[in-house]
Amino acid sequence: MLIAALLPLGLFFFPLWKITLEAPQYPTPLGMYIHINDFSDVHPHDIKNINLMNHYVGMKYIPEAIPEFKIFPIGIIITTVIGLLIAFKGNYKWFLFWFILMIVLSSAGLYDFYLWEHDYGHDLDPKAIMKFTNPDGSVMGFQPPLFGSKDILNFKAHSYPRLGAFFLGLGIAASFVAYLFGKKQNKIPS
Amino acid sequence: MKNILKSTLALLSVLVAFTSCNNASKSNSGALSSSAAEKVYVAPGEHDEFYAFISGGFSGQLSVYGLPSGRLFKVIPVFSQDAEKAYGYNEETKPMLNTSHGFVPWDDSHHPDISQTNGEIDGRWIFINGNNTPRIAKIDLSTFETTEIIEVPNSAGNHSSSFVTENSEYVVAGTRFSIPIPQKDMPIKDYKGNFKGALSFISIDPEHGHMDIKFQLIMPGFDYDLSHPGRGKSHGWFFFTTYNTEEASTLMEVNASQNDKDFIAAVNWKKIEEYVNNGGGTMMPANYAHNVYDEATHSATSTMKKEVRVVNPLDVPGAVYFLPTPKSPHGCDVDPTGEYIVGNGKLSANLTVHSFTKMLAAIENNKVAGDAYGIPILNFEDVLAGVVEQPGLGPLHTEFDGKGNAYTTFFISSEVVKWKLGTWEVVDRQPCYYSVGHLMIPGGNSQKPWGKYVVAMNKITKDRYLPTGPEVTQSAQLYDISGEKMELLLDFPTIGEPHYAAGCPADLIKPRSKKLFKLEDNKHPYAALSEADTKVVRDGKTVHVYMTTIRSHFAPDNIEGVKVGDKVYFHVTNLEQDYDVPHGVSMIGANTSELLIMPGQTETFLWEPKQVGVWPFYCTDFCSALHQEMQGYVRVSPANANTPLKWSLGEDIE
Repeated sequence: MLIAALLPLGLFFFPLWKITLEAPQYPTPLGMYIHINDFSDVHPHDIKNINLMNHYVGMKYIPEAIPEFKIFPIGIIITTVIGLLIAFKGNYKWFLFWFILMIVLSSAGLYDFYLWEHDYGHDLDPKAIMKFTNPDGSVMGFQPPLFGSKDILNFKAHSYPRLGAFFLGLGIAASFVAYLFGKKQNKIPS
Repeated sequence: MKNILKSTLALLSVLVAFTSCNNASKSNSGALSSSAAEKVYVAPGEHDEFYAFISGGFSGQLSVYGLPSGRLFKVIPVFSQDAEKAYGYNEETKPMLNTSHGFVPWDDSHHPDISQTNGEIDGRWIFINGNNTPRIAKIDLSTFETTEIIEVPNSAGNHSSSFVTENSEYVVAGTRFSIPIPQKDMPIKDYKGNFKGALSFISIDPEHGHMDIKFQLIMPGFDYDLSHPGRGKSHGWFFFTTYNTEEASTLMEVNASQNDKDFIAAVNWKKIEEYVNNGGGTMMPANYAHNVYDEATHSATSTMKKEVRVVNPLDVPGAVYFLPTPKSPHGCDVDPTGEYIVGNGKLSANLTVHSFTKMLAAIENNKVAGDAYGIPILNFEDVLAGVVEQPGLGPLHTEFDGKGNAYTTFFISSEVVKWKLGTWEVVDRQPCYYSVGHLMIPGGNSQKPWGKYVVAMNKITKDRYLPTGPEVTQSAQLYDISGEKMELLLDFPTIGEPHYAAGCPADLIKPRSKKLFKLEDNKHPYAALSEADTKVVRDGKTVHVYMTTIRSHFAPDNIEGVKVGDKVYFHVTNLEQDYDVPHGVSMIGANTSELLIMPGQTETFLWEPKQVGVWPFYCTDFCSALHQEMQGYVRVSPANANTPLKWSLGEDIE
């Protein structure tokens, strides 16, 4: 359980997610890492160049900072502290509590990320240089996928978790394993 | 009569049959040449194995080709203005072409040579000489831009230049035409004994490559034609071919071709360097330009230097010797081991090769045959290593493959001849189309040639390509030299008139090639590093426009308050930070060229509006989907108008 509680701290060292944009004229694709407290370039100036591409269809610039960058790190630290307390003091049933807490919070984080992506891809400048519509006549959005790959005009966008997310996932899984282990051990004497 | 007709027809048909036989055999060679095609084929998206830097001769520039494909990638402006890149037109690079004769917008570029470390090509810089108004230029091979030009005083016809020593200690520039030193008003007929030839040793700063004339050796008034450094065992020496040891000054084609032998001048530069380091030589008044381009400010400055150190060879005994060499030698080439010095006697049917070891022995034993103006002449036989007998007519230039073979061009017999060092036997010969001048093996002027290809640069083209009127392109030819016999692979056209070339594996240069200039490193005094920094400033009748470009607009794009008679400087910064997204800018009626601004760079052009009106400017490089919309207007009011100076982007000027 100790390991489970500490693993999510990997998020402070490794990116959570990566979005990659491929296009014919970008032999080296454009890419952006999402950390729990920052956006960063995969290659120098990538975010600037993604913004330059996106302004043609009226998308907003990727902000320097979003409120989540303050909330997420605090959330991770609090859950780690809770996890550590449980690891030292709590019994195995609390491991399950922590597991469920983390699943809920991570899902909330992912949903929040989805909302941001949706807004980023759909809240377009009405004076956009190029306006595209879907076959049904609605305004075309440019939301990158939450997970997976998707064609957006001349770009192919890929969105996949990175090492930080794996640390988080591993930590959550480890807490569940710890719970099962604890449950088994608890049963032996009885 | 009928019979005669019949037999004529029969004969004709036989002839036709033979002709078609001939055609058939030609198409056989066509099958052969398909393997040649494979050897030069570089598939789409693939890269060539070698860079070749081929001089532009009277174009004044340096071209960059890929080998084996023969594809042209870039023409680097060096000594001539280039409207395409605004070189010599924009305010930043105008100082590059400053000389003691003022702004000289053209030269005759001859002999590119790549910097070396430990006798091997290191791919950092390439140097090239301007032959007409003597200059040496340095091109930075991370940007492929000319970053320094130094004028060479006391020189004329800067031809035995710009060859680099094996640790890039010096780039050397020798004069082809001797002149009075210092210059003075005197009768031409008094040439003999009064004119001098200066051999300049220009030191190269190991870190930045900055050039500085360390000393000039003031030699007798011969024509110093070509040169090469010693290497390996002969490192520390430099060898120069001479002609016109007759010291003629008129009808040179006859009068400078009378002596059976001219000289190769062997110069022990290490010895002279030591003499100079100990305070030897004298500072002589001079006036020459030193032009340096700074990558941080994206601007060049020109400084006039006022003196130069000269050395009289007689003051440094043992530093200079003459090696007799037949028939007005042209190329002066040293093999990779440094032992053999080839004198390509251009009017000779033989090829003379001197031995460095034998030269040292002759010096050691003081075997001197005489002297020329006090400089000792060694015996021809004492220094001779061997002679390649009857290899061809008119040898000009020799390079080496690093496997014991040499390749010499023969202008008159129009061929490249492969021969063996040491045994002096001819191994192979291949025709050139036509009248080859110089040749190049990548790494040729070094201890480590890459002996896979040789490029022959021909002086005459005639029917080799589709005709283009009386003036046709110049032509190079690529031969595969990896086998015992040479194989002609490819003809390709070249710019201007190539006089010499340098090449090296692409991997030496490619990884260091810059993709863009970082905006945060831009120290141009008139840069606007963001749109918030853009402005228009009036200072008397001078107006400075601090402008930016980014896909797909100028900031500002509306300017009012400019008046007839103003001098308007457009300082344009490209805010892009993406590979291969330059922007251009041009202004109607500007008496200069467009600008082509690389990402992160600032360039300036001058516009002097002469007519009242509203005048457009636009982006000249197809930068993006909205390139056509990348345009703007400047309102020009009468000289005495009160239109306030205002500028805007995205809204009307109030």
